[in-house]
Amino acid sequence: MSVYVQAKLSTWWTILRIALEERLVYRGDFALGTLMRFLPIITQIFLWSAIFAAVNVGSGGDQKIAGFYTIHTMIAYYLLTMVSRAFSSMPGLASGVALQVRNGEIKKFLIQPVDMVGFLLMGRIAHKLAYYSVALLPFALVFYLCGGYFSHHYAAPGVGAPSAQRISVFISSLLLGFMLGYFLELCIGLISFWFLEVTSLIFVYNLLTFFLSGHMFPLDLLPDSARAIVDWMPLRYLAYFPAAVLLGRVGEDQLWTELLLEAGWVLFFIVLSRWMFSRGVKRYSGYGG
Amino acid sequence: MDSQTGHNTEQAIPRPHYLKVFLTFARNSLVRDMTFRFNFLLQCVSSTSWTAMNIGFYLIVFSFTDEIGIDTGWGKYQFFVFLSTTWLINSLVQAFFMPNAQEFSELIRTGNLDFALVKPIDTQFLISFQKVEWSALSNFLMGLILLVYSLWHLMGDTLSPLVLNPLVLLLYPVFILCGMMIMYSVMITLAATSIWLGRNQTLYNFWFYLTNFSRYPMEIYWRSWGWSLWAIFTFVIPVLVVVNIPARLMARPLSPRAGWEIWLTLFAVVATLMSLKLSRMVFQRALYSYRSASS
Repeated sequence: MSVYVQAKLSTWWTILRIALEERLVYRGDFALGTLMRFLPIITQIFLWSAIFAAVNVGSGGDQKIAGFYTIHTMIAYYLLTMVSRAFSSMPGLASGVALQVRNGEIKKFLIQPVDMVGFLLMGRIAHKLAYYSVALLPFALVFYLCGGYFSHHYAAPGVGAPSAQRISVFISSLLLGFMLGYFLELCIGLISFWFLEVTSLIFVYNLLTFFLSGHMFPLDLLPDSARAIVDWMPLRYLAYFPAAVLLGRVGEDQLWTELLLEAGWVLFFIVLSRWMFSRGVKRYSGYGG
Repeated sequence: MDSQTGHNTEQAIPRPHYLKVFLTFARNSLVRDMTFRFNFLLQCVSSTSWTAMNIGFYLIVFSFTDEIGIDTGWGKYQFFVFLSTTWLINSLVQAFFMPNAQEFSELIRTGNLDFALVKPIDTQFLISFQKVEWSALSNFLMGLILLVYSLWHLMGDTLSPLVLNPLVLLLYPVFILCGMMIMYSVMITLAATSIWLGRNQTLYNFWFYLTNFSRYPMEIYWRSWGWSLWAIFTFVIPVLVVVNIPARLMARPLSPRAGWEIWLTLFAVVATLMSLKLSRMVFQRALYSYRSASS
């Protein structure tokens, strides 16, 4: 291994370690914040159970809505979007970048031999690692307790247990979801090179993500016309797609094309963020110290 | 300040006129908001777009079902009455208390709470009302519009039109205020914990996740282990009565009502008073533990 690569690796390793330690300073706050995210799924289970109770009344069986979702599928879907969001959500990334541009902190990346895009990426990976070390146990518990929804879903006629291929696409889509979430949100944050105040823009982005990524409800519930537009957007890979893959909503023949499309979006936002950063830095002027 | 010391200082410092102080706070906030008018407008638009999205979700839900739960009476427009009640209460909480509770955590970390403590006015009052976020009230307007629209639909129903009793119109605002006070109590209690924790960044999240339980009709918890949730969020942390009581009052005919419903309505009043009292106790207890920060 060349000296150059070794030096690079040790730099990234150090950055990762710093970010990890940073996360663990306020341990209590962090652990509490992680555990609380499991509360909304409880209300979702009760809400949808009540909705399906009304849908199923008189029919005696498990009615499907939007041609696919029984109560079991629905809850399984919400559980899986929790996993996909755990990968793709980047709390505070765009606003953090915008703040650094505004208060001039971004200068440090211009004079240090550290690449900002990579530095922040390492920070995010460290954050996710810390998050999972805390969240793995409650995640396992929740999935164990709710295992019945999954077994019911897969036992239904026409839906088999996911194949090995499906599972590998699911895992890849989670990892790609992380990359897409990171670079997409980074681009939003980098807009602050052009407009100093992007708080409202970030708000709109969060809003759209919540509604159109499938985090709030399965995208299949949307009317056809809206669905056609959403299918052309990259947002659905952040929450809907991994869940739809594992539940069998995406056909076996479409799995790899969809994954390739997602990879395409990731590549697009990587290039875009690089381009925006280099253009932005040229526009940027920092004063004072 | 507490009653013992308050008595001694009463001759020296006249008791502040709380309403006047509050109105000054409100005016100052409005002046500040009006300095950046475009920003204010953007804030209004972004907070109303959350609520618009919310209604989008329930429109989708009601395209698949006529009712939430079996025979619960929460049909589309009844539920929209419920939803608008949620907005009314939440917008009031967000306008009056949320910005202050968030600032409180920061006051503790920086030690700036010292300045609040030395002022000749009740500390809890000062830190609870200092700022008013006027833009959050845009959702109050949205709530009113949705409420009137849904009531108009319910009253125009050909099969069983809803008849509004004047008593309901009187009680509804009262229970909106009760709900707001329960939410305030929960929030100030959570904020007070930041004195012990040193920092409580997750305050807003925690409040959001806790009050998440108040956003749905209580009937959805009426099955298997949901009952225990129902009991906890009704009797221990009474967030479940916040929206449910005024919404039930408005969305259905005043009579006939089951006995338990009347008891629960009365309980909401008791719960409000107890929450206020308890949160004040927690807050003052927390103040004793405050040790300031180095200056």
